[in-house]
Amino acid sequence: MLIGQYYPVDSFFHRADPRAKIVTLFLYFFALFMVHDLYAKIAVTVLLLIGVFLAKIPLKMLLKSLKPVLFFVVLTAVLNAFMIPGEVVWQWGFLKITDAGIYQGIWMAWRLILLMISASLLTLTTTPIAFTDGLESLLKPLNMVKVPVHELAMMISIALRFIPTLMEEGERIIQAQMARGMDFHKGSLKERIKNILPLLVPFFLSAMKRADELAEAMESRGYHGGSGRTRMRVLTFTVSDMLLVSFMCIMLVALCFYRWVL
Amino acid sequence: MSIEIKDMGFTYQPGTPWEHTSLKNINLSIPSGELVAIIGHTGSGKSTLAQILCGLLAPTTGSCLVEEISITSDTKVSQVVGKVGLVMQYPEQQLFAETVEEDVAFGPKNLGCSEKEVKQRVRRALIRVGLDPDIFAARSPLMLSGGEKRRVAIAGILAMKPEVLILDEPLAGLDHNGSKVLLELIKNYHNDGQRTIIWISHSMNDVAEVAERMIVLNKGELVLDGAPGEVFTQKEDLDKWGLDVPAPMQIIGELQARGKDIPGTALTMDAAYEKISAWLGKGGDPS
Repeated sequence: MLIGQYYPVDSFFHRADPRAKIVTLFLYFFALFMVHDLYAKIAVTVLLLIGVFLAKIPLKMLLKSLKPVLFFVVLTAVLNAFMIPGEVVWQWGFLKITDAGIYQGIWMAWRLILLMISASLLTLTTTPIAFTDGLESLLKPLNMVKVPVHELAMMISIALRFIPTLMEEGERIIQAQMARGMDFHKGSLKERIKNILPLLVPFFLSAMKRADELAEAMESRGYHGGSGRTRMRVLTFTVSDMLLVSFMCIMLVALCFYRWVL
Repeated sequence: MSIEIKDMGFTYQPGTPWEHTSLKNINLSIPSGELVAIIGHTGSGKSTLAQILCGLLAPTTGSCLVEEISITSDTKVSQVVGKVGLVMQYPEQQLFAETVEEDVAFGPKNLGCSEKEVKQRVRRALIRVGLDPDIFAARSPLMLSGGEKRRVAIAGILAMKPEVLILDEPLAGLDHNGSKVLLELIKNYHNDGQRTIIWISHSMNDVAEVAERMIVLNKGELVLDGAPGEVFTQKEDLDKWGLDVPAPMQIIGELQARGKDIPGTALTMDAAYEKISAWLGKGGDPS
């Protein structure tokens, strides 16, 4: 699972402010859904390739991020090929593949791939904490409409931080119950669903206990929410961050121009 | 129910950047009915060893035979589980059922015992851990005190009637009384039917009183194997491995180092008390 899987290397992207990266990714997403003709599509692909190069992430890691969506990529391509009306290229009974369908299918699949890789670029070059800090900073204006931005960001950080801990705990519980003879592979579906209980109950109990203890620990160190809170790691927006965002902006504007004016 | 381990090793996630060899070159033979203590610092591989003996993990090199069953990656836990019982650290964390009876019955039920047999085993196991079934069987396991919870968890394993009982830090987190109760429990289980007991701990103190044999692990390797008296004399080595000799020995050792003429050593507090009183009685100078 590539979510939260930070790949520690020193690159332009790794050094960039998370806010710049988030904004840039958003702009890129807009671009992806806005491009219309072939040259524009090539352009966004090239853009991503530049990004990949700048991030110094090995191709293997990026391709791994595609694994979970491989099924959808293929499904999208196939469905589009069969569903889009156009000039029929191949027919078997009532199943037809049209030329427009093939073209659309390939583009849909390709776009999905570009989406996944660009999102992975973000998660691979940004630690979960930096990502949450960036998100919190960007969403600060929402404070004015009484959205508890800091608290939400804190919840996300804590959740991310505890993923490995809870996974370990889960494994321990599975082992403990296996040592008592629990077998996942035996029994009817109903029995196997019942088998979840010896795993779920202890797991939830321990998670609740942890939550309790963490809350106490935080409170006893004076935590009281976001008001008046300063931070140790301050996010600074540097010139290169500005360049990154402006570059993406210019690209997006150029693509819009290309599509609607030219 | 003997255990034979030859040249055994275990590596977590071999071939990945997170590879970690937790055990290597382990050669060990445990005959039936012994009460063995496996001592080691954190990271010495003792928990891994416990899991392999129980069939939860398979050795990556060498072999491990529990009675005649060889533990390999094809071995199903169910083959071993009736014979080897593992009480993990903080076992009370595995409690989940609505009543104590149901929780303790989980193990025997999984073994395929008849309803009548299950009921009998639950009853006997609860009595063995010192919990009156008539009072406790219908109560919720999650509402009990810490010590009671632990006993319920152990009852859950004892109800499976394992011939080899592995206990991983059974006294962890218990107060003095709780420890005493559990120690008695373990001694009784051992004496009653001469069952093999493997006690895993990082504390020499805990096991000094009962262990018939001590095995010391350090960084995944077996470094000492012998009677407690012998093992404890290797003070320098034990120090190096981050392990302490039991407190009674230390006390007598300290006194001897200050020139007090106390013979021999003692493994338990009671024995130490006797030695020191005997020495004072003979006119030893306490100054």
